[in-house]
Order: sequence, then structure tokens, then C-alpha cells
Amino acid sequence: MRTNLSALAAGLLFGMGLMLSGMTNPGEVLSFLDWSGVWSPDLMGVLGSAVLVSVIGFQLARRKQRPWFEAGFAALPRKTIDRPLLVGNLLFGLGWGLAGYCPGPALAGLALGNDEVAVFLVAMLVGGLLQQWWARPQNDL
Amino acid sequence: MLTKLDPASHWLAGQVAGVHLFTLAGGLLIGAAAVLLYHAIGRIAGVSGIFFTGVKEGGLWRWLFLGGIVAGAGLAAQLWPSLNIVNRPNPGFLILTVSGLLVGWGTRQGGGCTSGHGVCGLGRLAPRSLVAVLVFMAAGIFTASLLRHWLGVPA
Repeated sequence: MRTNLSALAAGLLFGMGLMLSGMTNPGEVLSFLDWSGVWSPDLMGVLGSAVLVSVIGFQLARRKQRPWFEAGFAALPRKTIDRPLLVGNLLFGLGWGLAGYCPGPALAGLALGNDEVAVFLVAMLVGGLLQQWWARPQNDL
Repeated sequence: MLTKLDPASHWLAGQVAGVHLFTLAGGLLIGAAAVLLYHAIGRIAGVSGIFFTGVKEGGLWRWLFLGGIVAGAGLAAQLWPSLNIVNRPNPGFLILTVSGLLVGWGTRQGGGCTSGHGVCGLGRLAPRSLVAVLVFMAAGIFTASLLRHWLGVPA
């Protein structure tokens, strides 16, 4: 129960943050990614402020034996910088720069009267399932 | 970004400054959400990972987190309707589909997305995630710049 409520609360904060930060506007995302014209640095501020909070929070968590409502912290298996990491993130970035959506903002767009995200999300689901079928053993995060 | 101001743009500058504050506040909320999820239940707030694991293995907390993202964005759009904008033309079915396929495949293969590698991975000071962020940022900059200026796709 407390696990589920925590997840819901974190999701609500996350969704509000995505909306307020401008991440749900793919035009804003693209004007950040497009360095050939007038560059908009706003999203650097989003990542910067989010990472500032998360660095503090995750470093504080290192002193804890366990989270508040679960037996332990989730294990993160893969540690090395390997080929799937590089290729996967290359493909992800190429797709991100095409339409301006990464997964979180695309989901958030479902509540914003933005019809495009439905097409994007179906394709994203198919792409991810194809990858999982292609390479079964190793996935994390 | 405004590069030079004339009196008529002061109003606009104020609007832009306002948006910057929302931008930072939004980032702080995203970071707080990731920290909350980790401290409360020990999970990484990576949207692609939670989404695809939720599809494969279920888990109510995963769908509550994802549903919370949708609801939270909707709530913020009700509270600040002027921020709910999409200021670029619809890129069309083909681009949306190719983009979605790449993002789905890439985030699975690469083990995370902007939230998992960006917000959480950088927060955990994980070298893997720093590499991931540099690679997907560079690739995103490449396609966005290529399409919008060199190939003249309207933006």
C-alpha cells in the first residue's frame, strides 16, 4: 500500500515537473537540440536542476541500509560501458531529435490533448518489444 | 532566447523570464520525484524501464507511477494552462513512427532514457549513465539540427 502510494506520488510530481519544465512541448525540446539555429538553453536548466536535487538525494541514500517501505534498494546489474549502451543510446538520441519526445514527456502528453503522442507511444512500445525479442538476456533500469 | 531588446519586447522578456522560473521549478520537481521513489521504495525513476518492465512483468506500483505522470501533467496543465503548448508543427505519421521505434528500441538496448540515465544515473554519479547522456544528447542534437536546418523540415 505504502509502496503503491509512494509510486503514485512520485509519478504525480514527475508529471507536474515535466509539464512545468517545458519538456512536454516537443518544440521546446527541439529548439534545445537544434544547434544550427537560435539555441534555446532552457532544457539544460531542467536537467541541471533535476540532477542537482537527485545528486543530493541519491548521495544521502547511500547512508541508508534500506528504503522506507521496501526490504532493499533495487539491484542495478550492468556496470560496464559496453556496446549495447553506446548503440542503444545512439539510436535513442536519433529518435529523440526526430520528433522531440522521450518516454516520460510522451506519456505525459496523453493528458495534454496532444494526439501525436498516441502514434509515438505505440511505435515506442513496438520498438522496445522488438528489441527485447531480439536480445533477450540483458536489460536494466 | 532574445538577443536584443527593444521597448516592445520588454513584455515578452518578462514572459520568457517567467517561463525560465517554471523551467527550473519543473526540474526540481522531477529531481524530487526521482529521490522520493528511491528513498521510499528503492526504485530508479526511469520511465522507459518502468514502462517496459510493467508491460512484461506487471506490478501495480509501476502503473501507478506511470499513471501519476499522466495525471500530474494533466493537473499542471489545468493549473497553468498557458504553459501547455506545442509550438512546432505535427511532424506527421512517418516521422512520429520512426522516432517512436528508435526511442523504444534504443532505450531498451541502452538501458534507460532521459530520466533513468539522465536524472537518476547522473544523480548516482554512474559513469555508464554519463556516457549514455553524452551519446543520446549528441545524437539528438545531430538529428534535430540535420532535419530542421540542413534538410529544411519546418520547425
